[in-house]
Amino acid sequence: MRVLLVDDEIELVSALAERLSLRGIEADWASTCHDALTQVESKTFDIAVLDVKMPKMSGLELKKKLQGKCPHLKFIFVTGHGSGDYFQAALSDAGTAYYLVKPLQIETLIDKMNQALKA
Amino acid sequence: MSILARLKPGFWDHGDTGEERFKHLFNFRRIWKLTVVLTTVVALSPVISMAVFDYNVTHDAMESEIVLRTSRLVSNARRTVSFFLTERKAALDFIVHHHPFKELNDPVVLTQLLDALQKAFTGFTDLGVIDASGRQQTYVGPFELTGKDYSGQEWFEEVLARGVYISDVFLGYRQLPHLVIAVRHELEDGSFYVLRATVDTKRFNDLLSGLEVDGGGDAFIVNQQGTIQTPTRWHGKVLKKMLLSVPEYSPKTEVLQCQGLGGDSLVVGYAYIAETPFILMIIKHQELLMKPWHKTRKALFAFLVISITAVLVVILRVATYLVNKIHDADEKRVVTLHHMEYSERMASIGRLAAGVAHEINNPLAIINEKAGLIHDTFTLKQEYAGDEKLIGLVESVQSSVERCGAVTRRLLSFARHMDVDIQPVKFKELIEEVLGFIGKEAEYRGIQVNVAIRNEIPTIESDRGKLQQIFLNLVNNAFAAMNDGGHLDIKAYRRSEVSVSVEVNDDGCGIPEADLKRIFEPFFSTKKTKGGTGLGLSITYGLVRELGGDMRVKSEVGKGTSFTVTLPLQAKQRKRVDT
Repeated sequence: MRVLLVDDEIELVSALAERLSLRGIEADWASTCHDALTQVESKTFDIAVLDVKMPKMSGLELKKKLQGKCPHLKFIFVTGHGSGDYFQAALSDAGTAYYLVKPLQIETLIDKMNQALKA
Repeated sequence: MSILARLKPGFWDHGDTGEERFKHLFNFRRIWKLTVVLTTVVALSPVISMAVFDYNVTHDAMESEIVLRTSRLVSNARRTVSFFLTERKAALDFIVHHHPFKELNDPVVLTQLLDALQKAFTGFTDLGVIDASGRQQTYVGPFELTGKDYSGQEWFEEVLARGVYISDVFLGYRQLPHLVIAVRHELEDGSFYVLRATVDTKRFNDLLSGLEVDGGGDAFIVNQQGTIQTPTRWHGKVLKKMLLSVPEYSPKTEVLQCQGLGGDSLVVGYAYIAETPFILMIIKHQELLMKPWHKTRKALFAFLVISITAVLVVILRVATYLVNKIHDADEKRVVTLHHMEYSERMASIGRLAAGVAHEINNPLAIINEKAGLIHDTFTLKQEYAGDEKLIGLVESVQSSVERCGAVTRRLLSFARHMDVDIQPVKFKELIEEVLGFIGKEAEYRGIQVNVAIRNEIPTIESDRGKLQQIFLNLVNNAFAAMNDGGHLDIKAYRRSEVSVSVEVNDDGCGIPEADLKRIFEPFFSTKKTKGGTGLGLSITYGLVRELGGDMRVKSEVGKGTSFTVTLPLQAKQRKRVDT
């Protein structure tokens, strides 16, 4: 399983990537949407874990662009924000099962990724 | 409760204690008074004016009628009396013109003439012929008056001067009331004689006693000195002075109103009878004459009183109804304002909570991941493995982060549910969420919270945010009512096929029975001095009603209070409220 983690918080996303790697999951990370789109062009990923709220481009918009490049890519949304609008939009885009609120439990994240891949 | 207190409308004791922007727009008592006064003036003025006008018109008409009737009666009576005297004077004139002086001096002829007069005209008692020297030459009648000398007497002087004389009524030798009619006749030789007749007053009296005088009236004749000439009913005896003053001379019939000696109002009709010393008087009692009109007046007053009472009752009821409606509408407006502000405040709290949670969540996530990484490093990598103390410390950091995460998630969930949305709600989760906010307070105050929610309670379709507010308010109220160490029991059970009930019971101070009926009313508060708005339960009740549910309360002072909220399994879909 190759995972792309996208979050504007570098400290968070880098640590998370390392923790996944320690569990044998191949995880790359990007702190900007542009970086994420570039990485997708050069590598193949099975699943993308996106922060919903990021500067310049939201996770939802990024999802659409990534889907354009990799139609088979699966998505999990992560957010630290409780706005109703984001919550509703993410739910309708990803479904309740693939929406997680920070701070994350690494086991929960891995479970969700496995579920997403099987779906 | 006194009748006055029961009749008092709801707005009467309305006290405005709200903040400036939540004040009522109107002074209801003043509006009510103004409406009642203005409407009463407008409605009653025409009625009272018409009644006064009608009173005066009918009163004047009645008085005119009395004057007219009296005047007509006096005129007719005057004609009759006048005719009676003129007729007798004309008879004497006829005699002196058709009988030579010599014949009249013959007692036999004079007796025949007296008989003829008594038969034709009645009332003649005697006849006498008096020569120019005033000596009665011939006399026929019941007395012996031949040779009586009348020279120098007043009546003789007058008949010489005017040619005719009609006397007052007097007693004379006969000691019977009578009057004298005398005519003078010129002879061819330049001398003259007088024919004098006595007329008894019986016939004269009959003329007046036969009159029908209404109003307890009296008809009689007085002379110009005020001596009564004919019998009266109430005004004195014949030949005595009349008690009333002699009315002023007028050639016409006159009617005037005056006070009698007893102080009663009299209507006096009179007429001077021409060429006689007589005044015909007809006197009536005004009070008796006005009696028929008094009946009309009584009916008019009764009608007026009934009309005014009816109008006043209608005005009072209508004004009270309308001002009550305005009061209700204004109260609804104020409640809506409060409700809006409450919703707005809750939304602001929600936004604030979300913002805080978000700001905390990101660094918290970083701490979490970094601690996680340390933990992973010590557990997954062989070179760092085995340091139990470090692993323990990291796990402690992680568990603290998890606790913080639970708080921020709850805040986010609360903020999210500010938006109105119908969704599946599990009661157990909902109550746990609500208790999550006050768990610490319960712990500090030693309040034991027992939740008994049966497993068969189905998931209901309702507005999670509103349900949170409802139960948060009820639980907060219960906490406020309880002392430290109290007990709060929350029970949920299925009420029917389509509804569930949740009971929130506390063993706090309880609510007095008198207040129980009013606790859902807006602005009813027993804690106003402590800053309560009196809207908490009103808003809670409003929210329950919005979700199609019902709320009941039971309470006993000193033992506790129980609120039961019954909700339908499927809430009515309502419009989204902007927050």
